[in-house]
Amino acid sequence: MQTKRNLFGLTVLQLKEVVLSIGLPAYTAIQLEEWLYKKRVSDFVSMTNLSKQAREKLEMDYIIQLTEPSKVQVSIDGTKKYLYPTQIGKFIEAAYIPDKERATLCVSTQIGCKMGCLFCMTGKQGFQGNLTAGEILNQIQSLPEFDKLTNIVYMGMGEPMDNIEAVLQSIEIITSDKGYGWSPKRITVSTIGIIPAMITFLEKSQAHLAISLHSPFDEERQEIMPIQSVYPISEVIAEIKKWDLGRQRRISFEYIMFKDVNDTPRHVNELVRLLNGIKCRINLIRFHPIPDTPLEGTNYDGIVDFQQRLRAKGLTVTIRASRGEDIFAACGMLSTKELLNKQQETDF
Amino acid sequence: MSTKHQLYKFKVETIRSISHGVYILSFKHNFQFSAGQIIAVDLIPDGKPRLYSIASAEKEALMEILFDEKKDGKLTPFLSKLVPGDDINVSEPFGTFKISAESGYCIAAGTGIAPFVSMARSGLGNNKVLIHGAKMDESFYFSDLLEEIMPGNLVRCCSQQEDTKYYKGRLTQWLINQNDLPSTQHYYLCGSAEMVVQVRDILINKGIPFQNIISETYF
Repeated sequence: MQTKRNLFGLTVLQLKEVVLSIGLPAYTAIQLEEWLYKKRVSDFVSMTNLSKQAREKLEMDYIIQLTEPSKVQVSIDGTKKYLYPTQIGKFIEAAYIPDKERATLCVSTQIGCKMGCLFCMTGKQGFQGNLTAGEILNQIQSLPEFDKLTNIVYMGMGEPMDNIEAVLQSIEIITSDKGYGWSPKRITVSTIGIIPAMITFLEKSQAHLAISLHSPFDEERQEIMPIQSVYPISEVIAEIKKWDLGRQRRISFEYIMFKDVNDTPRHVNELVRLLNGIKCRINLIRFHPIPDTPLEGTNYDGIVDFQQRLRAKGLTVTIRASRGEDIFAACGMLSTKELLNKQQETDF
Repeated sequence: MSTKHQLYKFKVETIRSISHGVYILSFKHNFQFSAGQIIAVDLIPDGKPRLYSIASAEKEALMEILFDEKKDGKLTPFLSKLVPGDDINVSEPFGTFKISAESGYCIAAGTGIAPFVSMARSGLGNNKVLIHGAKMDESFYFSDLLEEIMPGNLVRCCSQQEDTKYYKGRLTQWLINQNDLPSTQHYYLCGSAEMVVQVRDILINKGIPFQNIISETYF
């Protein structure tokens, strides 16, 4: 028996291909887009401006399938971590972070991750697969708090630039007038600095970019982030400096603070030198310790001191509020626990 | 504006299968590189190239890459069909996963052996211990060559073949069983993220400073 194709996650252009292939007029794609993402219906019967014949044709070969979260952990501070099963029997996480008038959802783009950063729990899963645009969007649309969302950050499991096509496809739907109709200014995509995909992102999207910096020194960054050996941070920064991003688009640098590793005056001076000429913000992040890590987080006073030293040199620096500590809100914690219950097959 | 990989056209010199679905492709080149570096490879000049570690020696006229054909891959099913004389597009060598002349440990899984083959062929292998993990004996690529260059310093860990000629078990288990890994030497890791992370955790638990562990993951 042939499996019906899921329409959820398709852009209007992809929907157009679908409707033309079954003999429906091209404008049906726009109607479908609006039903799927703006009106958020999950059955063809409810699509009342489609002819009965069109609905029957769609019903024959297609479905609209969303997946509810299978587990939720709730923090005392209101942060919620949702676990979603994926099509290939694995798990991903999305973290809902309410904060006064803002409500941010941190979404995953891959199952596991290939990057192997020393401080990251997701990396301990290895790489299990890419998410489709539908699976990325599902984390948003299946969220019980969907209507409260003000911001989306692509900072969950996986490296977004390593799955750039699906990431761009999902952003296209979020920002489309007949989709969610969001401004790209409400979306931030994080990257470790995969330069070719980062260029594609800058060319094809207007969303904000956050770069995982974590050390301004090439050699020291390589000790905690293997990607450094392929795309050194100095080259990532050199690429960013070529772009005139205007006033609407924001570049930020994420900087997890590790005691005695990247929190010294030497690092302050090098950060100032490295980021000279870029209109940006540095976001200092307290380290959520993970099992077996040799790294220790800088304490709060040390983070504030680092912030003040950078500010004194003229940089814009914020400290990210730690949220959901009681439920281990750092990405990968919940899904890795689920995954490690299963025996993994490896090539070693 | 773009600094995406600039690719240059070369002619395939040789391509041969060395194991089920695993190939060595070579082409004449005029690049300078260091053992451990990578190249971006594609069949079209403006596509989405994939990255491969160089497996040949620094001064060799032929550059070699080792690749594993992925049936649903966007490049390797086509690479494996190439014949001598076909065009491929290749970037200049780049990357900073360079292996020093000092003594150390090199740990690889599967095709992650490639940078260490380059190292051995470039004369940097004499004072290294090379630990290679694979599922089957046939997957210890370049085994004869490595035995010749690094006799006595080669450990092969076979995880799935019952009658293996080598250590029977995963390379992670072999490492766990070692009680005298020096903490002052460098450890070079190349393989999947899963392998790199597991091996790194084991080494750190054995007292190796993370600063001495240099990793490269496939992506």
